[in-house]
Amino acid sequence: MMASLQLFWQQTLAMLWKDIRCELRTRQVWGGMALFALLVLVVFNFAFDLRVNDKVAVAPGALWIAFVFASILGLGRTFAAELEHGSMDRLLICPVDRKAIYCAKLLGNMAFIGVVEIIAVPLFAAAYDLPVLTLGIIPIVLLGTLGIAAIGTLFSAIASNTRAREVLLPLLVFPLIIPVVIGAVRATQELVSPVGDGVPWLGLIIAFDVIFLSVSAVMFQYVVEE
Amino acid sequence: MSAQTFSSPDIAVTPAPASQAVVTAASLTKRYGLRPVLRNVSFSLASGKTLALLGPNGAGKTTLLRLLATLAKPSAGEATICGFDVVADANVVRRLIGYVGHQPPVYDDLTGRENLLFFARMYGLPDGPARAQLLLERVGLRAKANDRVRTYSRGQAQRLALARGLLHHPALLLLDEPDTGLDDDAIELLHELLQERQMAGLTTIFTTHQLERGIQQSDETLVLLGGRVVFAGASSALTLADLRRLYGGQAGGTL
Repeated sequence: MMASLQLFWQQTLAMLWKDIRCELRTRQVWGGMALFALLVLVVFNFAFDLRVNDKVAVAPGALWIAFVFASILGLGRTFAAELEHGSMDRLLICPVDRKAIYCAKLLGNMAFIGVVEIIAVPLFAAAYDLPVLTLGIIPIVLLGTLGIAAIGTLFSAIASNTRAREVLLPLLVFPLIIPVVIGAVRATQELVSPVGDGVPWLGLIIAFDVIFLSVSAVMFQYVVEE
Repeated sequence: MSAQTFSSPDIAVTPAPASQAVVTAASLTKRYGLRPVLRNVSFSLASGKTLALLGPNGAGKTTLLRLLATLAKPSAGEATICGFDVVADANVVRRLIGYVGHQPPVYDDLTGRENLLFFARMYGLPDGPARAQLLLERVGLRAKANDRVRTYSRGQAQRLALARGLLHHPALLLLDEPDTGLDDDAIELLHELLQERQMAGLTTIFTTHQLERGIQQSDETLVLLGGRVVFAGASSALTLADLRRLYGGQAGGTL
């Protein structure tokens, strides 16, 4: 049992290391995602021409829209390296638990999105002049990202087998992540301007994260195997 | 056959004695939708033997290899590797086989060495670096070991693919047209390597369109036409003329 668990994590980390290494060499995901997120924030800033009273109401939404759009760019590339020769055979032929593949891809997506967030949050704080650079933003961003990546990784595997994957992925992912995005936006609003509406937004995100993770981890095997 | 043990954190499998079958397939059938690709394929292969899987394009050779490699599931029938069912015991079977498909099963943006080390970790091999070094030298890629696979020629990538297939000392090696795109030197090296491993007890199934080479380099031959077995037996009992006759029946005489 312990040996199996040890092998599971050894394989998961090996796949994660491989994906990060390939990304550092090709720079196909990170640069594009970060630039896209920053552009969204800047465009929103100009488009809304925010006055002081409006900021708290709309700025957290702009931040999470930037994260979601940038995430979709990265999620679309989740299985790109595996599919460069047309199939996932290279991984599937290995004696690896399919949950370990899911776990590695999920962690990879979180890392890619996380880097974008690390760049975007300080820029957001400066551009919108809101006090988001506190420790309180970490659990919100972490849990929100987990929810997006959990469902996005599964649907990226589904979409990767189709020709219209670039179109299909957002169509599948956006509706499902709405509860997590709502929770994350409201939790971010509470952080920058506490109104105390009594709703445990973080708890809502956690609940959806657990559901998304459980369902996706189980479903993944049936998606990647024939 | 020399004693060879395959071990991992989960299992310790000793291959079947030479007299026992490493591969058995019974009424193996595969359909994609309503279209049958393999129909009632049955055969067995003893330990240390080499089987040439021949047939024209679309005969079902790759599908049969993919079923044995656990990459596809049979619609009917069953197959076992060293006694383990390819569906029910898929993860154990994956430890017992090496598979080199049409495309080299390696990552273009990793170096040759990184590829082998990655797959060593995937198989839980504690001596991965030593095995990788040994195999890189054996396949003649020591000088290119730290170069990205993207810079390799087709032949070099294929040699790395073979090294990856042999990395975990499989009991059964499945090769899908391993000589495609290789020059004569690379084919010679491939043949040498396989002979070495066969002497150590490796069982091999390979597909090829080089019929003469296929017969010469195998102990047994299985010929598929339209997903059906039309010949199964000793390669020594088969001549090129026989093969041409078999192919001519359904492939318009082209080879």
